[in-house]
Amino acid sequence: MTAAAPVAAAAPAIRVRGIEKSFADVHVLRGVDLDVTQGSIFALLGSNGAGKTTLVNILSTLLKADAGAATVQGFDVAADAGDVRRSISLTGQFAAVDEVLTGRENLALVARLRHLKDPGRIADDLLARFSLSEAGDRRAATYSGGMRRRLDIAMSLIGDPPVIFLDEPTTGLDPQARIEVWQTVKALADGGTTVLLTTQYLDEAEQLADRIAILHEGVIIRSGTLAELKRLLPAAKVEYVEKQPRLEEVFLALVGDPARGGATAAEPTRKESR
Amino acid sequence: MTTHVLSDTRVLTARSLTHIVRSPDTIITTAVTPIVLMLLFVYVFGGAIDTGSTESYIDYMLPGILLITIASGVAYTAYRLFLDLQGGIFQRFQSMPIARSSVLWGHVLTSLVANLVSVAIVVGVAFVMGFRTGASVGAWFAVIGILVLFTLALTWIAVIAGLSAKTVDGASAFSYPLIFLPFVSSAFVPTDSMPGPVAWFAENQPVTSIVDTTRALFAGEPVGADIWVALAWLVGIMAVAFGFAMRIYRRRAS
Repeated sequence: MTAAAPVAAAAPAIRVRGIEKSFADVHVLRGVDLDVTQGSIFALLGSNGAGKTTLVNILSTLLKADAGAATVQGFDVAADAGDVRRSISLTGQFAAVDEVLTGRENLALVARLRHLKDPGRIADDLLARFSLSEAGDRRAATYSGGMRRRLDIAMSLIGDPPVIFLDEPTTGLDPQARIEVWQTVKALADGGTTVLLTTQYLDEAEQLADRIAILHEGVIIRSGTLAELKRLLPAAKVEYVEKQPRLEEVFLALVGDPARGGATAAEPTRKESR
Repeated sequence: MTTHVLSDTRVLTARSLTHIVRSPDTIITTAVTPIVLMLLFVYVFGGAIDTGSTESYIDYMLPGILLITIASGVAYTAYRLFLDLQGGIFQRFQSMPIARSSVLWGHVLTSLVANLVSVAIVVGVAFVMGFRTGASVGAWFAVIGILVLFTLALTWIAVIAGLSAKTVDGASAFSYPLIFLPFVSSAFVPTDSMPGPVAWFAENQPVTSIVDTTRALFAGEPVGADIWVALAWLVGIMAVAFGFAMRIYRRRAS
């Protein structure tokens, strides 16, 4: 998968030790420690302003930490920034696509900047993989939020970086687009890519992540698997509760669940709507 | 990292040139204002202006009009850079293994191409309006060289504005004083017709030496010492603006 990985398979893909960062007099990160295993999905959970984006920006070499150390694929983010950039892709909080260019041109642009052969074919392959082939020759400005996010993630996959950062990948997306993004992320991890994603949605972390860390006021207050985090609370009680469908399930049944392929459940729409 | 500066710059220049080809209004808007000024000065004010020389007024004022064209054109460079910073694509480029300076050079080279196209349109209209020149091929190259230097100097000022602006309006506001600078120079009226302090400013600001040099080159006359004053200004402004722009860029990029 990757050419640049001087680390043994057992070493963590991302290792963060005592990272601190302040902006003016605001102490955003106050000593963050975490390890992300190769090929796993790691969710960084936190409310707005918890410092998630700051941490991702430090790991993707956009910001320098005030104190502490971090490595990605064994490369130090401060000393070996160039090697880190060769090992990662960042999908930022706001879809970083060029709106004037078409979807195909956006993908080819990234392929050229990564010095890959045959950028046109790479673009076509990714358009097909992300169900954007039909929209490939339209300007990205005409895309819906979900299409734009898919294009954004597709751009991040070019060159098969072993580590991908996704900063709030589903913020502002409708439920179907969210599920599409989730499927993409799961497929990435299945293919061996390490994914660090930030989210403020608890269900997103629950759905996707192998490990979850909760970032609060600049420190990781808890981290572990979902099961481990659940054990922090008193043991489950058995209660009898009438099983009501969640609104999300109703919505997806009515408009067609992309996870189950297309608008097969479109028929009841008529009956249900008055 | 540094081995790909040229190819990365080429790819990124092609990208922002595509932006211009897809919205050519930026080039047309850049050319329209100077053309209107040219019409106004030649057909309305020109008859009342005594330049103290025998050349036709359009020959006299074209150099100043070309500088105004470039000064308004670089506002779009700041605007495009600002949009990249806002949109997140700048962050994507910064997190990729590409030569960092190529992100700026892509915008700078695009600015150069776009402004030279605008200048060519304005010169074309000037020819239709009766502009004539006895310039030799060498003099034409000298004029183009001066305009390229002027564009680069102003483009690096535009890069500073684009990198440090907080709003879209702020990104292009820097160009207004630059557009007005030729009015207080020898571009439209001889400086000795101005009151003392104004004449002193006009004589000693960069535009006058650039205009006088370009005018002499177009007229096929010797340029004298003006060309060295003009080159000193151009190279000096470019070096200072480049230094500041790179400092701001490194701070933003780290």
